Amino acid sequence: MANRNCRNTLHLLKRSNPFSHSSPNPSLLPSSSPLNSSPVSKFSIFGTPFHQNPIHLQPNIFHSDNKALSFFYPFRISLETKQWGVGVQNRCYGSTSGLVQRNPRFSNLNDEDVRYFEGILGAKNVIQDHEKLISANTDWLHKYKGSSKLLLQPRTTHQVSQILKYCNSRCLAIVPQGGNTGLVGGSVPVFDEVIVSLSSMNNIISFDKVSGILVCEAGCILENIISFLDNEGFIMPLDLGAKGSCQIGGNVSTNAGGLRLVRYGSLHGSVLGIEAVLANGTVLDMLKTLRKDNTGYDLKHLFIGSEGSLGIVTKVSILTPPKLASVNVAFLACKDYSSCQKLLQEAKRKLGEILSAFEFLDSQSMNLVLNHMEGARNPLPASQYNFYVLIETTGSDESSDKQKLEAFLLGSMEDELISDGVVAQDINQASSFWLLREGIPEALMRAGAVYKYDLSIPIENLYNLVDEMRTRLGNEANVVGYGHLGDGNLHLNISTSKYDDKILSQIEPFVYEWTSKHHGSISAEHGLGLMKANEIFYSNSSETVQVMASIKNLLDPNHILNPYKVLPHSLTS
Amino acid sequence: MKILVAIKRVVDYAVKIRVKPDKTGVVTQNVKMSMNPFCEIALEEALRIRESGLASEVVAVSMGPTQCIDTLRTGLAMGADRGIHVEFNDALYPLSVANIFKKLVEIEKPSLVILGKQAIDDDCNQTGQMIAGLLNWPQGTFASKVVLDKEKQVVTVDREVDDGTETVCLNLPAVITTDLRLNQPRYATLPNIMKAKSKPIKNFTPEDLNVEIKSDLEIVEVTEPPKRKAGVILSSVDELIDKLKNEANVI
Repeated sequence: MANRNCRNTLHLLKRSNPFSHSSPNPSLLPSSSPLNSSPVSKFSIFGTPFHQNPIHLQPNIFHSDNKALSFFYPFRISLETKQWGVGVQNRCYGSTSGLVQRNPRFSNLNDEDVRYFEGILGAKNVIQDHEKLISANTDWLHKYKGSSKLLLQPRTTHQVSQILKYCNSRCLAIVPQGGNTGLVGGSVPVFDEVIVSLSSMNNIISFDKVSGILVCEAGCILENIISFLDNEGFIMPLDLGAKGSCQIGGNVSTNAGGLRLVRYGSLHGSVLGIEAVLANGTVLDMLKTLRKDNTGYDLKHLFIGSEGSLGIVTKVSILTPPKLASVNVAFLACKDYSSCQKLLQEAKRKLGEILSAFEFLDSQSMNLVLNHMEGARNPLPASQYNFYVLIETTGSDESSDKQKLEAFLLGSMEDELISDGVVAQDINQASSFWLLREGIPEALMRAGAVYKYDLSIPIENLYNLVDEMRTRLGNEANVVGYGHLGDGNLHLNISTSKYDDKILSQIEPFVYEWTSKHHGSISAEHGLGLMKANEIFYSNSSETVQVMASIKNLLDPNHILNPYKVLPHSLTS
Repeated sequence: MKILVAIKRVVDYAVKIRVKPDKTGVVTQNVKMSMNPFCEIALEEALRIRESGLASEVVAVSMGPTQCIDTLRTGLAMGADRGIHVEFNDALYPLSVANIFKKLVEIEKPSLVILGKQAIDDDCNQTGQMIAGLLNWPQGTFASKVVLDKEKQVVTVDREVDDGTETVCLNLPAVITTDLRLNQPRYATLPNIMKAKSKPIKNFTPEDLNVEIKSDLEIVEVTEPPKRKAGVILSSVDELIDKLKNEANVI
């Protein structure tokens, strides 16, 4: 018995352990979590327990509507009995901005509309099935729920164009949807908007091995692109927890940040071209594959981060960096926040060209993960520390990178910036360190209700907000802070047993006011969506927002694209 | 009492293995190499025995090219006291490894030799047994529990076998090979990585040890396992029964 193939044995034996769910690049927890919650379907029905990297198979299998079904299946009963979110219930947990009225200018969907769509797309791509619509209507956090009666699955840009042209003429509101992993209610309908899912547009169009430029359709799942590039010896400049479900079109439309931004910059830098469809059906072909192109206004940037409110992104071209051979991960303990900050400064100086991630979490976050995530193991159990930092380096030479990292770590230890630390000796250990950082969102979900804030704050003041929030809320809630310290991005999460208006009124608008006062942004990488549409003024002047509204009016005069989101309701309805 | 632990440098278990186009082996260039997971477990067990006061020294042994020193440093950072590197740049097969080990045992005189039950690259599962055979020592393979009695000079080993757990009692000196459930290996902490830098690693060649490396094995071809076919969705129970009967031939 003992002499079976041991690579497989290891996977098999460890399958109850979340480490083994991780691919070599171990970051798929938030997205894959609902799938992980039904391991039976993963391993016995669809999965191949003896496969090297089971997780790579999963997106291919689940990316159709079945994914959404199995995704929500465990929750379905409660979904139907509880009154969640907004829309017909006119109720929103996400924000005190609260009540949104359906815009009366929008038409109601009728049978003729459905027949028209069936004519364009074929009947099987026009979905009215109740169960499929429940999942498409509900966001990942189960916080927002719309009441759309129709889900469309176009396969080509031309079909998207036809859909939009028709909806525009009928004044039917639309919500574009990718992997539906957004956290601010941007990807689900608020009322009865028609859902246009890009899932079926999932082809990779071309890849240039010399320049590293990839062109693909918007519905490609990030992890599938990552696997594709891996075979070609390249990586995506973007990596985030939801990669097993999220789609590149959604990533671009929300200007997703993620774990490697500190190294590769934002999508405004790596996206070279976009094809987008405007509300009236016009196809804007800006799908260039050039690094340099100064010819007039660079309009593609309007579609990066505008959350589908100006047009639907249908194709993307991205500059991808080559995959480097040497990746090292260290997990470190710091006694206070100021040490974390100094460590970041030193890391930028001394690890410079190889630094690829600098993440931090506080002890409250660590405890949450250790308590709620199966397989999470404290690498530094000897003592309780206030802060933990995860550093990843990526470079071309294993021995020199490791030497450099170790010299940096030992130096920082002598300078007492680090209290203790461990360095991963193999990929499995690296995955288990990443689990501690990436498992936090899922651990929070398991702990109960959670209020999530994604803020950019000058690094110096970043953690003060967490301290102040803790003082403010006292014992009523568990306030945790973690995030991409290298980018000045704090994820402030407030965990309570249930959603409660009293607590919410303690948090908002305080958190926005505080952020604004300290020259931060109320949305670093999640976007505004429905949750923060009315809070935009905390981060932008009224003149700026006015120009945004003019652009919206120009590109989508009927405001049919992703209504009630991004811009304040007063300006768009 | 001294414990000798074998640690092997292999392609990291999380790496997707690629077969060389000429089918002579797997691609190892530019591929992450790490310590064999079963060897990590062997080393962890040795360290625990030492920490419980039943052994005084743990010596890690690795055989292969110069880069094995990195693997030895990992072992030293986990807590081994010193390392032995037997340098050899060509393929090493279990019998050669066992022969070298026999010589090292004669030099080091350990009471216990602990190895992983097998390496995840060639999956041979032979080295531990061969060492025991060559030394004429008792062996406890696929250990899931190890209890050492220093006074009686015996070690009790729970073995994972097909029909359950078998408990064997071995007189020291003995050879133990470790299975996956024996323990969870520790991480290398920064202070220990620092200490490891000054720990000695002794270098030998097979000639130094008077071992002639030869193999009775010839690798004919290395190929990938056949690709798994996509599943099909059936529409009825009858269809399923039909498939099970006529295609899978299982009912």
